[in-house]
Amino acid sequence: MVQWSDFERATIQDIFSKIDSGVVGPAALSRCLIVYPWTQRYFGSFGNLYNADAITSNPKVAAHGKVVLAGLEKAVKNMDDIKTTYKDLSVLHSEKLHVDPDNFNLLSDCLTIVVASQMGEAFTADVQAAFQKFLAVVVASLRKQYH
Amino acid sequence: MTHLTAKDKETVKTFWAKISSNGAAIGADALSRMLVVYPQTKTYFSHWKDLSPGSAPVKKHGATVMSGVADAVAKIDDLTAGLLSLSELHAFTLRVDPSNFKILSHNILVVLAIMFPTDFTPEVHVAMDKFLAAVARALSEKYR
Repeated sequence: MVQWSDFERATIQDIFSKIDSGVVGPAALSRCLIVYPWTQRYFGSFGNLYNADAITSNPKVAAHGKVVLAGLEKAVKNMDDIKTTYKDLSVLHSEKLHVDPDNFNLLSDCLTIVVASQMGEAFTADVQAAFQKFLAVVVASLRKQYH
Repeated sequence: MTHLTAKDKETVKTFWAKISSNGAAIGADALSRMLVVYPQTKTYFSHWKDLSPGSAPVKKHGATVMSGVADAVAKIDDLTAGLLSLSELHAFTLRVDPSNFKILSHNILVVLAIMFPTDFTPEVHVAMDKFLAAVARALSEKYR
């Protein structure tokens, strides 16, 4: 089971209470589609993804960004058993969506960068470490049901 | 995988011109973060007295690293040739495992996002990510 220090626990709760989820989700997903364009392979039905402006203003991307953030908030509420919380989500990503799990790390990096730019100086090295540990646990849980 | 287009190079040079005066601070913060967030990287600095964020050796080395990056920007049209001696240094003397280049690059990008939130757009992000990957590849050239 994952061990969270008091600092890590408090930091994750604090980050998610402070960030604007309506902004961070869409920003992170659109950044991922721009910086790592091969991730667009999973979004064939989203319409115009031809350039950075199209991606950033695409309403389906924005809507899906919010879905992703909502999923993360579920993990924040269940930090002591993210693995079980994400069991169905893991099956979904593997069996239905067929997402290469290495892509989870790409989105994680974009989330880190978007949260960093939102929080500015408050995103210290220790806060970054806690956030990246949280994302690593999320990614591991999403990978768990792949076979 | 890392081929820098003319647009990439232009984006990197323009962004770099904006931020280069902060080079030392960027380097110090990126290095500090790397040592905290990826503790395995501390193994390369066991000869330093103080590995804490913002310490004197970390600041000094951060500035050294970023002046290398500045050099790479100037030699962006031929990184392999331009970074030859740096590659030999990393390959034969420092022997840094190349996986760590990616780790430091990530932390540089995080610092850029913090220090320049409006300028570090997705377009600038992808160009800088590609550039740092190209620098990493040039540094790995002499390894074997």
